[in-house]
Amino acid sequence: MPGKLKVKIVAGRHLPVMDRASDLTDAFVEVKFGNTTFKTDVYLKSLNPQWNSEWFKFEVDDEDLQDEPLQITVLDHDTYSANDAIGKVYIDIDPLLYSEAATVISGWFPIYDTIHGIRGEINVIVKVDLFNDLNRFRQSSCGVKFFCTTSIPKCYRAVIIHGFVEELVVNEDPEYQWIDRIRTPRASNEARQRLISLMSGELQRKIGLKVLEMRGNAVVGYLQCFDLEGESGLVVRAIGTACTLDKLSSPAAFLPACNSPSKEMKEIPFNEDPNPNTHSSGPSTPLKNQTYSFSPSKSYSRQSSSSDTDLSLTPKTAPYPQGPRIYLCPSSPPLSCGSLHLKKSCLLLSESSLPPHHSSLGSPVLRKSVSFSEELFLAASGMGSGSAGKEGGPFKALLRQQTQSALEQRGGSPHRFCKRREFPFFTLTAFPPGFLVHVGGVVSARSVKLLDRIHNPAFVGIMGNTRSYKLLDWNSFNSDEPETRDAWWAEIRQEIKSHAKALGCHAVVGYSESTSICEEVCILSASGTAAVLNPRFLQDGTLEGCLEQRLEENLPVGCGFCHIPYDELNMPFPAHLTYCYNCRKQKVPDVLFTTIDLPTDATVVGKGCLIQARLCRLKKKAQAEANATAISNLLPFMEYEVHTQLMNKLKLKGMNALFGLRIQITVGENMLMGLASATGVYLAALPTPGGIQIAGKTPNDGSYEQHISHMQKKINDTIAKNKELYEINPPETSEELIGSPIPEPRQHSRLLRSQSESSDEVTELDLSHGKKDAFVLEIDDTDALEDVHSLLTDVPPPPGFYSCNTEIMPGINNWTSEIQMFTSVRVTRLSSLNLTNQALNKNFNDLCENLLKSLYFKLRSMIPCCLCHVNFTVSLPEDELIQVTVTAVAITFDKNQALQTTKTHVEKSLQRASTDNEELLQFPLELCSDSIPSHPFPPAKAVTVEKASPMGEGNFRNRSAPPCANSTVGVVKMTPLSFIPGAKITKYLGIINMFFIRETTSLREEGGVSGFLHAFIAEVFAMVRAHVAALGGNAVVSYIMKQCVFMENPNKNQAQCLINVSGDAVVFVRESDLEVVSTQHPTANCQPLCAGGEVTT
Amino acid sequence: MTSELDIFVGNTTLIDEDVYRLWLDGYSVSDAVALRVRSGILEQTGATAAVLQSDTMDHYRTFHMLERLLHAPPKLLHQLIFQIPPSRQALLIERYYAFDEAFVREVLGKKLSKGTKKDLDDISTKTGITLKSCRRQFDNFKRVFKVVEEMRGSLVDNIQQHFLLSDRLSRDYAAIVFFANNRFETGKKKLQYLSFGDFAFCAELMIQNWTLGAVGEAPTDPDSQVDDMDVDLDKEFLQDLKELKVLVADKDLLDLHKSLVCTTLRGKLTVFSEMEANFKNLSRGLVNVAAKLTHNKDVRDLFVDLVEKFVEPCRSDHWPLADVRLFLNQYSASVHSLDGFRHQALWDRYMGTLRGCLLRLYHD
Repeated sequence: MPGKLKVKIVAGRHLPVMDRASDLTDAFVEVKFGNTTFKTDVYLKSLNPQWNSEWFKFEVDDEDLQDEPLQITVLDHDTYSANDAIGKVYIDIDPLLYSEAATVISGWFPIYDTIHGIRGEINVIVKVDLFNDLNRFRQSSCGVKFFCTTSIPKCYRAVIIHGFVEELVVNEDPEYQWIDRIRTPRASNEARQRLISLMSGELQRKIGLKVLEMRGNAVVGYLQCFDLEGESGLVVRAIGTACTLDKLSSPAAFLPACNSPSKEMKEIPFNEDPNPNTHSSGPSTPLKNQTYSFSPSKSYSRQSSSSDTDLSLTPKTAPYPQGPRIYLCPSSPPLSCGSLHLKKSCLLLSESSLPPHHSSLGSPVLRKSVSFSEELFLAASGMGSGSAGKEGGPFKALLRQQTQSALEQRGGSPHRFCKRREFPFFTLTAFPPGFLVHVGGVVSARSVKLLDRIHNPAFVGIMGNTRSYKLLDWNSFNSDEPETRDAWWAEIRQEIKSHAKALGCHAVVGYSESTSICEEVCILSASGTAAVLNPRFLQDGTLEGCLEQRLEENLPVGCGFCHIPYDELNMPFPAHLTYCYNCRKQKVPDVLFTTIDLPTDATVVGKGCLIQARLCRLKKKAQAEANATAISNLLPFMEYEVHTQLMNKLKLKGMNALFGLRIQITVGENMLMGLASATGVYLAALPTPGGIQIAGKTPNDGSYEQHISHMQKKINDTIAKNKELYEINPPETSEELIGSPIPEPRQHSRLLRSQSESSDEVTELDLSHGKKDAFVLEIDDTDALEDVHSLLTDVPPPPGFYSCNTEIMPGINNWTSEIQMFTSVRVTRLSSLNLTNQALNKNFNDLCENLLKSLYFKLRSMIPCCLCHVNFTVSLPEDELIQVTVTAVAITFDKNQALQTTKTHVEKSLQRASTDNEELLQFPLELCSDSIPSHPFPPAKAVTVEKASPMGEGNFRNRSAPPCANSTVGVVKMTPLSFIPGAKITKYLGIINMFFIRETTSLREEGGVSGFLHAFIAEVFAMVRAHVAALGGNAVVSYIMKQCVFMENPNKNQAQCLINVSGDAVVFVRESDLEVVSTQHPTANCQPLCAGGEVTT
Repeated sequence: MTSELDIFVGNTTLIDEDVYRLWLDGYSVSDAVALRVRSGILEQTGATAAVLQSDTMDHYRTFHMLERLLHAPPKLLHQLIFQIPPSRQALLIERYYAFDEAFVREVLGKKLSKGTKKDLDDISTKTGITLKSCRRQFDNFKRVFKVVEEMRGSLVDNIQQHFLLSDRLSRDYAAIVFFANNRFETGKKKLQYLSFGDFAFCAELMIQNWTLGAVGEAPTDPDSQVDDMDVDLDKEFLQDLKELKVLVADKDLLDLHKSLVCTTLRGKLTVFSEMEANFKNLSRGLVNVAAKLTHNKDVRDLFVDLVEKFVEPCRSDHWPLADVRLFLNQYSASVHSLDGFRHQALWDRYMGTLRGCLLRLYHD
C-alpha cells in the first residue's frame, strides 16, 4: 500500500566552514528514502543557507515507511574534487504513521557527523499522506502505537491488556566485515547507524504485526535492545506488552485513574472492544475454556520435560559446546552438586533464607500444571478444594484459571496458540487499579551461551548499498537452525514461566530481559515478578459478576497484592507467614521482593530508599567452553551473595520490601560483576523486620566476643538511626491481635477447610517463633567480617536528599515542577596488583558510593530533592576497566508539605481522601489550562533576556529590543519517569528510538576521554530534544539510555562510543500557572529547567 | 584505583556561578579546587575533596565547551547542544564579557593588536590578574572591536545586538571600542588618577556629539562611504573647530568674553580672583585643544591636554567643583553674547561635550 512522503528542506544555520579560502561553505542537501534521492540546489558561500526547496515527494510502500529512516545529508559542493559531507540527519517517520500522534515533523535538527559531532543545524519539514485501507495489509503494521512507558500511558485507558510480544532480527555487523578494512571509519559508522535504524524499523513493524494479530492497537513497555556480538553479528531484539488502548477524550479522564477503583471498574465496558475477536469462541465461561485446556497442559508438559531434560540433554542437542544452564527453579530435579541451597535463594528472592526443605519442591508445579481442569471443575461446582489452604483457595483457583484461560485464549485462532500464548509476561511495572491481585516474588533466570558466527547460506553480505541488506528473521529458520537467539530466549522464558508457576502465579509482571557479552561468551538474563492478575483486563469476553464482587471483598485496599498467591501448605520454599498486618485476613510473607513499581494503593510507612548490592568475582581467563563453564559455576554464588547483601541491607534499613529490583550480572575478561538496585520500603501489611544478630564462631575468646558485641551495637544503632531517617515508625500492634489465630469474620469460611486447619496452626506457631528470631549473620571467617563492615560503610545520602530506583519515592507526594535528568559515567582502572575478591569488592563499592556522593553534591542546589529512577549500568570494557553509567532524574519537593507527611495508616488514608477532593476541585482549573494552546513556552522568553539587561535610565537613543531574543530554542524536558510532576501529558507523539556512533582520532585534542564522552552525551541529548521539538512535543518521558558502549585506544589517540536511547515524545501542559505556590516561592521557581518567562507569567 | 573518565551531563546544563567565576578568573582546576576548599564548602556539604575535584573538572569542561559559543553570543541562544534557561544564558554572557577595572585601564586607548597582546604578561604581573583572564578580556575587546568597527548605526546598539550584553556593559564596550579606534592616550602618569568610568563617560558624550552618527546624516544618504558613524570622530567637525581660534586670537573678543564671564560670576565664585587672573590662560588652553584636533596625534593627546591645560591649573588654585561648573557654564554661555563670533552652533557642539568631560575629569 503506497503512501506519499513529502520533504522540504528549508534552511541551514551555523554550518561549519568548509572552504578555508573564503571561510564559507557552498552547501546543498541530499534527501534519501529507500532508493530514491533528491537534491537541493547549491547555496553558494553561506554558513546560513536558505534553500527553501520544493516539496520532494517519495511514493513508497508503508512497509518501507515503517522500516526505513529518512536520510538527509548535507554536503559542501566542490567543483573539482568530490563533494565533502558535512553531516547527516536521520529522521524516523514512524510517529507520522498513526493518526493520533504527530501530523508533521518540522524544526531544526542538528547535523550530525560520526567523526566531528554536531555541525550546524538544518530546518526540515516532513509530512506523510497515507491511504486509508491499511488493514488489508499484513506486512506493515502502521497505526500500532508504541510506548516505552511501562504503565498505561496517562491519557489512555486500557481496554484489554493482551500480553507479551517479542521479536528479534539478526544481521552481520558492518564493523566486522572485510570491507571495513578499506573504507573510512565514517563510512563504517554510518553503515552501522543506518543498518541499526533499518533493523529497528523492521523489528517494530514485525512486533506491530503481532499486535494486530492479537487484535491490539498498541505496545506498552516497549523495550528494544542491541546485542553487539562482534564477529558473530548484531542482534536487535524487543519485548513489549500488547494492549488495546482507548484515548481518553474528556478532560475528566485526566484525573488519576486510581481515585476510586470501584468506580473505575464500572466504567469499563467489557463488551466495548473496538476489535471484537471474531476468532475467539465468544464469551468465556469456564467450561468453554476447557476447549483450549489441552493446549496449556501440552505446553506445561513440554515445559516440565524441558526442565527435566535440559541438564542432561543440552550437551547432546547443542551442535557446539555450550555452558551449562543454571536452574533457579525449585521444580527442577535436585542436582547432585552441593549448591542447591544457593539455587533456591536465587530464585525466590521474595523469601527469607532458611535452610530449604527440598521435599516439598516440585509438587506444586506438577499439581497445577496437570490438574487445572479438575480444579476448575471443583471450583465451579462450589466445592472447596482440599488442597487449597484457606478459604480463598477455591476462589483463587478460579481466578487463576480464569486468568490463565484469558491469557491463553487471547491468541485468537487456536492454531496460533502454541506460538503466541506461550508466555504470560507483562513488561509493565505499574498497573491499572485492580489489575494486580497478588504478588509472589521475583523470578529470574540466566543462561550462559557461546556465541558463534551466525552463518546461513541465505545470507547476503552487506556491500555498502542499503538495498542489499538482507535482514534475516530467525523465526523462519527455527526448524533447521535450532541454536538461534530466538531459541535461547524461548528457553529462558520457559524457565521464568515455570518459576512463576512454582510460586502459584500464572503471570509474570515487570518482566525484562538483558544480555552481557564478553568476547564469545554471552549471559542472557530475564527477570520479573510472579503475580496473579485480575482477568478482567486480559480477556475480551464478559465476566461473572460474582467474581468481581468477591474480588472486591477479598482485596482490602493497600495490602491485597502482598497476600501470598501460593498455598501455604505446599509452599514452594520455606517462609515465615503471618496474617496481614493490614486486613488480618490473609497470609503475607515476612519480606517481599519485586521488580515492579510500588502499587499506588499500597500502604507504606515512612519513606523509601535506594538499596544496592554490589559484588565482584574474579575469574580465570579462559577460552570458549572452559570460560562459559567457569562463568556458569560462579553465577549461583553471585546470585546468592547479591541476595544476602540485599537482605542484610534491607534489614539494616528497618524495611521489609523491595520494589523495582534489577540485578545485573556483567561478564568481563577476568571477572564477573553483580549489581542489584532496588527501592526498599516498609509495607504496612508485612511484619516488622527483625534485627540483625551477629554470631561468632568461637564463643570462648573474650576479645573476640567483645568485638562481636561492639559490632552488634553498631548495627543496632544503624538500624535505629535509619528508622528515624526514613520515618519508619509503624503503628504499634498489640501482640494479641497478631497472636489470635483467626479473626472472627473468618469463622464461616473455615467450613471449607478441613484438615488443613491444624497445619495452619502449626505454621503460625512456627511463625511467631520465627518473627522474634532476628536475622542471624554468622561471622565465621574474614569474608563475612568484610561483609558486615561493608554493610556499615554505606553512607546515607546527605540531609534533604532521598533516592530510589522506582518511579516515585514512597512517602513523598508533593513534587514541584523542578526536574533535572542527568547521565553520569565513570570509568575506573583497577591496578592489577591487588586483584583479590575483597579488593575488587571494595573498589567497586567505593566507585558506586563516590558516584552517588558526587551526584548529591552536584545537585545540592535542588534540596530538598529526590533522585528518582536511579538506573545503574555496569560494564567491563577492558581487562582492568570498570564502567558505571547512571541515569536518573532529580525532582525537588516542597519541604513544608513534606513535614506534614502522615505517619499512621489512618491519617494517610484520610489525606488521600483529601487529595482526591483537591483533584476534583482542581478540575475547573485544568480545563482552563488545557484550553491554552499546547505550546507551554510562550514567547515570554524575550522578557527574561531583557530583564537580564535592563534598559536603564539613561537611554539616550531609541534602541531596538535585543534581537533574536524571541527565537530562543524551546525547552524540552527529559525524564526517565512516565510523568512530569506538576503537569498533565495531553498527547503522546510517538516513540523516540535513536542510535548514534561517535568516533574520534584526535582524542587528546577533544579533551581526552572525558571531554569526548561529555560532548557526545550532550549531543545525544540535543538530538533527542530536537526530534521531540520537531514533532511538536515539549518533553520525553520514560527516557532511557539503553546502551553506552565506550572504547578507547589512547595510544592511537582514538576513541569510539555507541549510544542507544529511547523514550516517548509527549506534549504536556502545566497543571496550573495560576497556582499561588509560584508566587510564594519565586526563587525556587527560577529553576534551570523552566524558562524564566514561563514562571513569571 | 584511578578514575579514567568521570563525567556528568544534565539535560539542563548545570552552571555553578562560583566555579564559573573561578574559571573566568583564569584559575587552573587545582587552584580552583584549593580555593573552593578554602571557602568552606566541604564543611557545608560534607563532601570530600575528590568529589570537589570531579565537580570542578566537570564544570571546567562544560565552560570550555561553552566558550566557543560565548564568542558569538547569539549562537549560544540558538544552539541546541546545551539546554540553558535564558536567564542563565544572559548570566553566562554577561560574566564572560565583564572585565577588570585594573585591566581595562591598562589597555584603554591602545591598539588592540598582536603587539599589545604580547604585553599582557606585564599587565598580568602588574595587576595581579591571571594571564589567562587577561587574554580572555583582551580577546573580548578585540572581538567586539572587530565586529562593530565597520558597522553602521549606533555603536551601543550594535554591540548589544551582536553580543547580547546588558545596556551598562554595552556602553562600556562602546567606550572601549571608541577609545581603541581613536587611540586616545590614557596611560600617562598625569592621567592615572582617572578611572575607566571617567573615560567611559567622556567617550559616551563624544560619541553622542562628536561623531558622524551624532549628526544623523547616514539614514538620508545610505550609499555614502561613511560606514563607521559612531566609531570615528566627525572629520568635518574637527576641521571646523579651527574656526574657534578667533576667540583667543582676536584680542577684543577675548577681553569681551572675559568681562562677560567676570561680570556674571563676580561674588559667586570662591576663587574669583584666581579665575580672573587665569581666564585668558584657561580660555587659550580650551580653544587651542579644539584647534589642534585636526591632527590625529593631537586627537590622541586630547585627555592629556585637557588635564594639563585646564584640570591641573584649576586644581592647583583649589577650585571647588561647584566653581568649576559655574565657570564652565558661564564660559560657554557667554560666547552667545559675543556679536562678532559667527560659529555659535560649532561652539555649542564642542563646548557642550567638553564641559561634561571636564566636570567629570575634575577630581583628585
